[in-house]
Amino acid sequence: MDMEIMRQLAVIFGILFVLTTISAGLIWLERRLLALWQDRYGPNRVGPFGLLQVLADMVKILAKEDWVPPFADKTVFIMAPAIIMVSAFMSFAVIPFAPGICIADMDIGVLFFLAMSSLGVYSVVLAGWASDSKYSLLGGMRAAAQMVSYEVFMGLSLMGVVMLAGSFNINEIVEAQRKLWFVIPQFPGFVIFFIAGIAETHRLPFDLPESENELVAGYHTEYSGMKFGMFFVGEYLGITLISALIATLFFGGWLGPVLPPVVWFFLKTFVFICLFILFRASYPRPRYDQVMFLAWKIMLPLSLLNLVITGAIVLLETG
Amino acid sequence: MLSLIKGAWAVLLHMFSPRVTIQYPETKPYVPPRWRGRIILSRDPDGGERCVACYLCAVACPVGCIALQAAEDEHGRRYPAFFRINFSRCIFCGFCEEACPTYAIQLTTDYEMSEYKRTSLVYEKEDLLISGTGKYPGYNFYRVAGLAAGVKDKGESGNEEPPVDVKSLLP
Repeated sequence: MDMEIMRQLAVIFGILFVLTTISAGLIWLERRLLALWQDRYGPNRVGPFGLLQVLADMVKILAKEDWVPPFADKTVFIMAPAIIMVSAFMSFAVIPFAPGICIADMDIGVLFFLAMSSLGVYSVVLAGWASDSKYSLLGGMRAAAQMVSYEVFMGLSLMGVVMLAGSFNINEIVEAQRKLWFVIPQFPGFVIFFIAGIAETHRLPFDLPESENELVAGYHTEYSGMKFGMFFVGEYLGITLISALIATLFFGGWLGPVLPPVVWFFLKTFVFICLFILFRASYPRPRYDQVMFLAWKIMLPLSLLNLVITGAIVLLETG
Repeated sequence: MLSLIKGAWAVLLHMFSPRVTIQYPETKPYVPPRWRGRIILSRDPDGGERCVACYLCAVACPVGCIALQAAEDEHGRRYPAFFRINFSRCIFCGFCEEACPTYAIQLTTDYEMSEYKRTSLVYEKEDLLISGTGKYPGYNFYRVAGLAAGVKDKGESGNEEPPVDVKSLLP
């Protein structure tokens, strides 16, 4: 019994450690990859391949003054960046990294993830509200509208997978992909989920909550130092989370030949993280009403259609 | 939709294109010969200072970073007693070079002048003065000037008449 608890704790802290390392390393990865695709080199001076840039950035951001603007709502202002980190970390509890390496093997894993990603909206909205500045407020409002609309079909796009696997448990969804990755029968679901995931983590092309050239920095305009850093960690955790989920739900998670399961999981996740960064390097930001148009008039009907067709096929097969 | 994927693919292919960045300290960028960099004071071919301390450079300087003090030696040749350029102010516009009547002050192609202390950017005459002639080899102001200042006597240069003894012209 004691050994079991020790093992659980080791898994929890191991995952926590890996995740924080990844989200810090992504700063470097993103800058290097963006540079790579823009014919530059990116940070390559500090340490081998510029890897110690991460350390330099951390020292800088931790040594900065912890500043709360006098006009801000202090409690909420401080709480907001914590919420995004907590909700992002919580979602990872249901992700199976490998058989047996999963913090909470819940029967409602998919629903838990959706709930946690909805909580993440609060962080952005509260940050925008508590900052008491026009840019922050506009950014927060945009974030609220965007994330709420994209959440609707984010959940719907996953229902096809859930139907095929017959379970909300992410471990069982992975096991159900032994024969065929769900990306093949659920290709529309995959595309819709990916788009919703980009919007959910408000990355380019859907980074309207923080669009630099119109809203300064959107909801985190007034933030600096480590509180700003926490938003960034939250964003990178979000990217990792969405990538991990895409890998798990559509690309067989830790399933794969020869290499150990954990390696397969991280390899698949890494590909999607790179894809996130590639999209940032490629696409311009659409207008706000275009983002809403895409969500409600194209993506929502498409995901409903996908749901209905998948449901019909599942019924036919079992029926 | 297809165009979006094509766009991303095009960006991805940029991975293999040559880099635009010049890795500066290792590879130096091309510097054109007329580059306006660190300012120097040149000497004439005989090794004397070209500067005649006329103050025109100090007047032309838009940021007022040049300070000097005129002096005169025993032959009546003018030179700067001190000549100081504050490079933390200098904007490398080259107006001083244009203003200089004797080609003394010149801008060079050197641009690597970083210092740890601001005071190190104040260059004195001994820092500015070089041993060569810079861009204009052969030119010596006092050889073509009408003034006798220890280099040549009056009327000895190629383009001037020997001085006339006005008293001898009297009837």
